[in-house]
Amino acid sequence: MALRSVSRKAIGLKLVHKHGFVRGLSSTGFSLPEFSLPDLPYDYGALEPVIMAEIMKLHHQHHHQSYVTNYNQALLQLEHALSVADSPTIVRLQSSIKFNGGGHINHSIFWKNLSPIKELGGEPPKPSLGSAIDTQYGSLDALIQKVNARGAALQGSGWIWLALDKEQKKLSVETTANQDPLVTKGSALVPLIGIDVWEHAYYLQYHNVKANYVKNIWKVINWKYASEVYEKNCP
Amino acid sequence: MGSFCYHTFPASSHLLVSDFSQGFKSPKLPYLSKQQERWFSRSQGASKVFAYYGLRAPPYKLDALEPYMSRRTLEKHWGGHHWNYVEGLNKQLEKNEVLYGCTMDELVKVTYNNGNPLPEFNNAAQVWNHDFFWDSMQPGGGDMPKLGVLQQIEKDFGSFTNFREKFVESALTLFGSGWVWLVLKREERRLAVIKTSNAVCPLVWDDIPIISLDMWEHAYYLDYKNDRGKYVNVFMNHLVSWNVATGRMARAEAFVNLGEPKIPIA
Repeated sequence: MALRSVSRKAIGLKLVHKHGFVRGLSSTGFSLPEFSLPDLPYDYGALEPVIMAEIMKLHHQHHHQSYVTNYNQALLQLEHALSVADSPTIVRLQSSIKFNGGGHINHSIFWKNLSPIKELGGEPPKPSLGSAIDTQYGSLDALIQKVNARGAALQGSGWIWLALDKEQKKLSVETTANQDPLVTKGSALVPLIGIDVWEHAYYLQYHNVKANYVKNIWKVINWKYASEVYEKNCP
Repeated sequence: MGSFCYHTFPASSHLLVSDFSQGFKSPKLPYLSKQQERWFSRSQGASKVFAYYGLRAPPYKLDALEPYMSRRTLEKHWGGHHWNYVEGLNKQLEKNEVLYGCTMDELVKVTYNNGNPLPEFNNAAQVWNHDFFWDSMQPGGGDMPKLGVLQQIEKDFGSFTNFREKFVESALTLFGSGWVWLVLKREERRLAVIKTSNAVCPLVWDDIPIISLDMWEHAYYLDYKNDRGKYVNVFMNHLVSWNVATGRMARAEAFVNLGEPKIPIA
């Protein structure tokens, strides 16, 4: 169940000498991380009737898995390109790393953001996150309306986020396109809740009525996880 | 800037004008007959909309593309998504008289605003894109282009197989939502395969689209789930309409000199 998250500092562009060429890759003891698909903390059918089992299965076993596979592949190619200082390839790989790596990051958070209704799903956040929401947005409902509106307005594929700016200690609602992770919107932003609004996340069940999906997903949102992340970054 | 209509069929936008005598602009007509005044004040209260865009049906029945594209997909895609874009566009245009009276092509280019799209762009472009897409397919499609189109493809890609590979590869490497196009590039005077994100279409760069494939997930998810490869191959093998592509190429030749030797399209 645990996400095998490997510190990305291991990749370390400290490999690159200050004058720009790569030094002694093998001597740094660097080993390329290999990412893997995390297990879901619940069964595929556990989020019914909000999200049907078939969607969860496809989403996890196919979509997320292919992000993981392609991410690992891109990193392998990057390692090789770094070892021969092939700049064009290093740069060319960035979009694949951002897309597939982002997909892996985002979905790993997403599975933890959800919980079956009879467990934690839908239970409102307790303080301190609860009071931060009330202070900043007036009420949990007001926040939910805001998130839903942003979700409806998002064109194409992307994510909606409830973010914490850990430097300013403020919450915000953000959207990212495609699989861009939240950090692309601001390096101090920490994702508390992410909602996948790619069509694959809801199409088999909600068809083209994205609004219904976004409205319903709150029934299975795991605020306990969001609160934990909040408290960790905002003690 | 002239108005270029690339459809071989009549313009997809049904510009239905309810009253010609009032004209398109905001009426400041001082000398109205009593009857016109009554009509005008009624219509002012009701709505300022004099014209709107309509949803044009695909040139085949909704189940005609089975088993390659199901009736259910057509119903959701055309009846749901495409319809929403049309409705959305009309609602936006109600508040923006400046854009009235445009053809769809003009509307797409104007709202693209050279890369800084206006709010209407998404709806306008997606209406255009979907009209174009339905026309790009036919029952019993696929196979290969013939005569002049095939010659042009061979000239620009080396072989039809090369073109097909390029098209499929573009589709599979598209990140997120978007479209894949076979397009005639005006400046370079040659065919090319390009992919665009979300609602963008080659009209905005003044190029001439020949066929398109919708790679938004809603286009294939009900039929193929996440098996994009199968969807793209089925499109190339069974759906794409080279007849329509031929018509579009013939029309394009009126605007783009494809050079010597003069390749006959048909």
